[in-house]
Amino acid sequence: MDIEMEMVPLAHYLFLSATLFVIGVVGVLVRRNAIVVFMSIEIMLNAVNISLIAFDRYLSLHDGQIFSFMVMCVAAAEVSVGLAIIIALFRNKPTINLDEFNIMKS
Amino acid sequence: MEPITAPAIDLVSLAPVLVLSVFGIMVLVTDLFIGKDKSVLVFISLTGLLMGAISSLAKYNLPVHSFNGAYIVDHLSVFFTFIFCISSALAILVSVDFNKREGIKVGEYYSLILFCTVGMVLLASATDMIMIFLGIEIVSISLYVLAGIRRNDPKSNEAALKYFLLGAFATGFLLYGMTLLYGSTGSTKLVMIASAIRNGGVASEPLLLMGVVLLIIGLGFKVAAVPFHMWAPDVYQGAPTPVTAFMAVGPKAASLAAFYRIFSEAIPQLSPSWEILLCVVSVITMFVGNLGAIMQTNIKRLLAFSSVAHVGYLIIAIIAKNSLSSSALMFYMLTYAFMIFGTFGIVILLGRKGDENLEIENYSGLAYKHPVLALSMTIFLLSLGGLPPLAGFVAKFFVFSAALKEGFLILVIIAVLNSAVSLYYYLKVIVFMYMKDPVKEFDITLSPMTLFVIAISIFGTIQLGIFPDSIIALAQAN
Repeated sequence: MDIEMEMVPLAHYLFLSATLFVIGVVGVLVRRNAIVVFMSIEIMLNAVNISLIAFDRYLSLHDGQIFSFMVMCVAAAEVSVGLAIIIALFRNKPTINLDEFNIMKS
Repeated sequence: MEPITAPAIDLVSLAPVLVLSVFGIMVLVTDLFIGKDKSVLVFISLTGLLMGAISSLAKYNLPVHSFNGAYIVDHLSVFFTFIFCISSALAILVSVDFNKREGIKVGEYYSLILFCTVGMVLLASATDMIMIFLGIEIVSISLYVLAGIRRNDPKSNEAALKYFLLGAFATGFLLYGMTLLYGSTGSTKLVMIASAIRNGGVASEPLLLMGVVLLIIGLGFKVAAVPFHMWAPDVYQGAPTPVTAFMAVGPKAASLAAFYRIFSEAIPQLSPSWEILLCVVSVITMFVGNLGAIMQTNIKRLLAFSSVAHVGYLIIAIIAKNSLSSSALMFYMLTYAFMIFGTFGIVILLGRKGDENLEIENYSGLAYKHPVLALSMTIFLLSLGGLPPLAGFVAKFFVFSAALKEGFLILVIIAVLNSAVSLYYYLKVIVFMYMKDPVKEFDITLSPMTLFVIAISIFGTIQLGIFPDSIIALAQAN
């Protein structure tokens, strides 16, 4: 019972997750280095994982844990494809600054 | 402690997914043992798609729920599976000659199309948010690779990078939306979410609504609705042309099917909150799509903006969410598949190695040199614009009448006005083909497979326009 009392409330976790998510979003929008943008996206996905697990723990559910595993698997697959794309890109043009990729304009 | 009982697994309901996966792997393995000529792979993947389409009929007495309510075989999913198999088959057929010409000699190309189809089938049949997420990711990851399949072409690379970064960004929003929906209702299953909302089992109303908004953002990115469409023109232009055609039809149809399912099955009770939001998205999608297309000089960018506009019309079907609108969605996507593959087939025919002839100017005088091609292009463009008696008209009519039935009069008026605007840029291409003198010599190789796709597409566009009854009956049989 004591442990229950001392537990950090759910809202704190949700707040942490929302903050991380916003940091990720701002990172994607502001940074111009492809790898850093990529990292920011990973932060967004992990922010989601935090809320999934927090919901599970506090509402005594289980689906969210499975969901978070799926998120991790998919994130890993995405990383491999994403890095492959960046490497292919780098071979043709030795830069990863996103502003320099603008050969297509209307 | 209770013993854990193994859940009942009904693999038969998963038949199209399994068949397509097996054929996808078969393509990969066969690729190891053959040389530079990839015709065998084309044959295997087409067989796989045919088998996939047939196996989707494995279940009768629809709807069948399986995997603990995470998967459903119902009318919508079977019809969409057919659309996916048709569109992937057309994409493969249209790629054969293009790949030979452009020197795309990788066998993975075909297996990626098959795996992408697997994702689409999952997406149209999923009734659980985890499954919907997995479906979307299978589709997206395959498409990132397909968009960048020409590794040495900077345009293709750039398209892949842009698609990848924005797609992954959108995934974040989608996931956060799903998480908030899950947290506030306590379930990831669409039916359970609906019942929680109906019975007042919602833990926190604001979280739920925030989740819905984030879902709209995430799905909006995936279907390229304005204001989340900025990736579409660049990716459509940079990706190899058959891939562009493929991603304009199949994945878009799949995302719209999931969009429809989430909004009509999980959160119909909240429709007063999201209806107005989707109305706004739909209206600006139509306007930005159509006005953007007017200014384009590149045919692939023009078609990209036109496909954005079409998403605007299709969101109307989601807003209406009655039984008529689900069949309208199916019918629209089927006709759209024919129109798009026909148009892109001609775009591919007009190109040659090293010079793809993608400017609208390059179409000047096509009617004098190749009257049949120009006539086919005219049919496809007019159908995209929604002129009777072609399929595009029936499809639009169907969507709009579904919305009128629910009383969205103003929305329908705006949509009709927009399709009138869209005729402007479709007619512009036709004017170039028929009324201008050629700027340079046409050097067209009439490749048989591409011509075959164009012939099928013309047949589909005219058949569905003049005699739509049988297909409409199929789409409506609930």
